[in-house]
Amino acid sequence: MQPLIIGDKTFQSRLFLGTGKFGSGRQMEEAVLASKSELVTVALKRIDMETDTDSLLSYLQHSHINLLPNTSGARNAKEAVFAAQLAREALETNWLKLEIHPDPKYLMPDAIETLKATEELAKQGFIILPYIHADPVLCKRLEDAGTSAVMPLGSPIGTNKGLKTVDFLEIIIEQSRVPVIVDAGIGAPSHAAMAMEMGADAVLVNTAIAVAGNPKLMAEAFKEAVIAGRKAFEAKLAGTLTSAAASSPLTSFLYD
Amino acid sequence: MELLLNNQRKHFFEEEITIQQLLDIEIPEKQKGIAVAINNCVIPKSDWGSYLLNRTHQILIISATQGG
Repeated sequence: MQPLIIGDKTFQSRLFLGTGKFGSGRQMEEAVLASKSELVTVALKRIDMETDTDSLLSYLQHSHINLLPNTSGARNAKEAVFAAQLAREALETNWLKLEIHPDPKYLMPDAIETLKATEELAKQGFIILPYIHADPVLCKRLEDAGTSAVMPLGSPIGTNKGLKTVDFLEIIIEQSRVPVIVDAGIGAPSHAAMAMEMGADAVLVNTAIAVAGNPKLMAEAFKEAVIAGRKAFEAKLAGTLTSAAASSPLTSFLYD
Repeated sequence: MELLLNNQRKHFFEEEITIQQLLDIEIPEKQKGIAVAINNCVIPKSDWGSYLLNRTHQILIISATQGG
């Protein structure tokens, strides 16, 4: 299986994981390790001086794991750039999952603010992976602005509805000069496999693993689905036909 | 001296205090993986020991948490 190159890093795994919604830090760590993921997202929050005991980073201190801080909570480009600078200082990485969603109900990404923030953050030397709608035109604009990848959604965040944007994802994958990571809405390993078979470079999964009955086992299932989907893409899928094409010799000898 | 720290007013006996001294008082065990901003401007770690705080400063301290 070909490795994936984004910016200055090479990944053997094409499954990226989000760390939200897990029942405990230990459960999250087990799932991340079982997934073999090498890139996991984290969010930022204000430290609570009195009660804060969160030690998220201690669960992610494994040499193969890279952190991808996100800008979740940012409502516009200005807030996202500020969050990016905080993340770079806190986690000592210039990698960034850029997400700007001012609408709390559907968490739809704001294309205009995302493009503005990408232009600014690229100047500041960030490796930017923007979370966006499956908009092929926006993807090309982001490429021109200096993005390192694009992360189009399959369906709204946390809905587990799968690849509702499939027709647009196909166009994005066909046209993109940067890696395409399908993010959001992937609710089952079959969704991940489908994205990979289509030629997506990677998928990012969070809710489907974190809230599964057995997150560790689900992480393994996603790992295998992503590998299967990628291998199928590299092997080149057989074309589809309308009429039947026999794969066994027809039994015409019975009648001849 | 009173400081505005993560949107909460806090009183300190010291008349002068640096960012590093503030962190040593408030979060002595949790200084890894954090960032500090004063009035929406990120202050590099290398400046924490010399940056003097005053009551006009809005101090933001963040860390990583679980997120997708």
